[in-house]
Amino acid sequence: MIEANNLTKTFKDKKRGVVRAVDDVSFRCEPGKIYGLLGANGAGKTTTLRILATLLKPTEGSAVVAGHDVVSAGSKVRAQVGFLAASTALYGRLTAREMVTYFGQLNGMPDGQIKARMKQLADELGMHDFLDRRCDKFSTGMKQKTSIARTLVHDPAVMIFDEPTLGLDVMTARAIVRFVRDCRDRGKTVIYSSHVMSEIEKLCDKIGIIHDGKLVAEGTLSQLSERYGETDMEEIFVKAVGGEAALLAAAEKQA
Amino acid sequence: MMNWNAICTVYFKELKDSLRDKRTLITTIVIPTLVIPTLMFGAGFVMTKVISKAKNETSSMMILGGEASPKLVEAFKSNEDFRVIETTEDFKDKISNKEIRVAVDIPAGFDATLAAGEVPDVTIYHYQGEMKSSMGRGQVSGFLVDYRADLVEVAFKERGLPLSLAKPFVVVSENVAPPEKVGGNAIGGLVPYIIVLLCFTGAMYPAMDLTAGEKERGTMETLLCSPLDRVNIVMGKFLMTFTASVATMILSLTTLGISAMVAAKVLAGSVAGGGVGGMGAVLIDPMGLVGVFAMILPVAVLFSAVLLTVSLFAKSFKEAQSYVSPGMIIIIVPAVLGMLPGIDLNLSTVFVPILNLSLVCKEMLSGVWNWEYIALIFASSGVYAAIALWLCVKMFNREDVIFRA
Repeated sequence: MIEANNLTKTFKDKKRGVVRAVDDVSFRCEPGKIYGLLGANGAGKTTTLRILATLLKPTEGSAVVAGHDVVSAGSKVRAQVGFLAASTALYGRLTAREMVTYFGQLNGMPDGQIKARMKQLADELGMHDFLDRRCDKFSTGMKQKTSIARTLVHDPAVMIFDEPTLGLDVMTARAIVRFVRDCRDRGKTVIYSSHVMSEIEKLCDKIGIIHDGKLVAEGTLSQLSERYGETDMEEIFVKAVGGEAALLAAAEKQA
Repeated sequence: MMNWNAICTVYFKELKDSLRDKRTLITTIVIPTLVIPTLMFGAGFVMTKVISKAKNETSSMMILGGEASPKLVEAFKSNEDFRVIETTEDFKDKISNKEIRVAVDIPAGFDATLAAGEVPDVTIYHYQGEMKSSMGRGQVSGFLVDYRADLVEVAFKERGLPLSLAKPFVVVSENVAPPEKVGGNAIGGLVPYIIVLLCFTGAMYPAMDLTAGEKERGTMETLLCSPLDRVNIVMGKFLMTFTASVATMILSLTTLGISAMVAAKVLAGSVAGGGVGGMGAVLIDPMGLVGVFAMILPVAVLFSAVLLTVSLFAKSFKEAQSYVSPGMIIIIVPAVLGMLPGIDLNLSTVFVPILNLSLVCKEMLSGVWNWEYIALIFASSGVYAAIALWLCVKMFNREDVIFRA
């Protein structure tokens, strides 16, 4: 379960002054459901997810993840969260097995449990061929599998995905999408951000559209479709953010 | 909250990771153990060879004039230290071009002037600053002084005067310092300088790799996703940096010590007595070295923490290098100041970091143990180190530093 209440995050920027990267955002993600966060680049998706993963502290507002407050109980939240982003890389000089084992240890798991979990994950993800090879020699597919195993080693209740398919080839991206569904089917709370409309459309049970730091629309695909009188996700998105002019203005503000 | 299990997990992972990194291995192990002793030993060896060769070679020289002074000319020619070459007009060019070392000008009527009781000038032409020419000048000048003393002796004998009239007393100098004190003073300033530099360079690479390097490669965010409190991540990384710093020092001091002993044996054989060969034979008090090592530990903590803090601020390894490299100059200055004569430990220098270390090391290596100062320096270094470590933890908790875009 994720509950974000009036989350706000401001940054100081030399050129732009005080920037409200996330502005009064509230939403709820239920267990066994995928919540999709859809937004253009720089809309505030990554900042929102980093706050939920306790990497950043909110300037205002609060969030409860898996029953713990992100500000006052950061490490308890992280123990219940698997965070996978395009920016979370692997240690190139460690093997896949060492990488996963390290994160098991960091989560305080005993050795026997890590070994059993490692075998289970390697079976499920098909990692046995490259388990003892160094990560810097991996293909993107192998890297993603290892990253997934890393996020799952402690069997977290909440999964946070920040543009996990960014820059991946079709096959690897499809494997990720399949894995995200798996997480939902196992009853985990999943939040998934992307700027790819089709991914969000296919995958998510509930969609939040974020624009310029604000959550401008929220609902299931059919609810959004009804509200904006469009069936195409891209058209819904453009209408929700206030038209193409608004998108352009936001992009220019960032430049 | 500090959790030693977590710190050890991070530490051992960083250790494994660093031991697999060629660049870390080169800066922390290969350079101090192989390159530095090779350079020192090699340079010493070449220098000794050159000097001993120059010393063993006869000095090539020209004699200008001297037609009317056959005895002096003959004395030069029959001395095996000199090789007298046929005189040419361009003797100055020949000296400049290092074809001959020196030329000596015996004025016309030298013998007659002497006999008349007057004082003629004998001029030695040489090239100042050039090693072989200076050696030649020394030899010719020594030879002429001896020759003059002989003349004096003969003249005194002829007149029936006692020789003590010309040489009323003899000057003798004797060293009272024990051998390790001579060593302590001679290289006591140099050892802390080398050790401070190694302590810094040993910590430099891992500090940059474990912070800016991780940010650049995207693993920092992965690590921060783990439930560990930041302080444990910092401590694990700090311990790794500290280990590298101390390992570099131990390795290089050991290899330096061994190569100094080997060099002393090898080089002492090639140069008979004194000179550069004598440098290797210098004795260092082993207790002094233990003391130096103990005093450097808080400084290694300080360096590791400061390097981590500064590198953490950088977005990339390259950026970190540009922040850290000037640090090398900053630490060299106080280390060098400590080598200068006249700067001693007192109540103000005792609190200047690095300089105090440099000064106390010089004392300890020459057998002086000033316990009040040693305690003050150890304590102040410890305080500086603690502040640096605290700052480092603070920096790791600053999201504008960790996620600096």
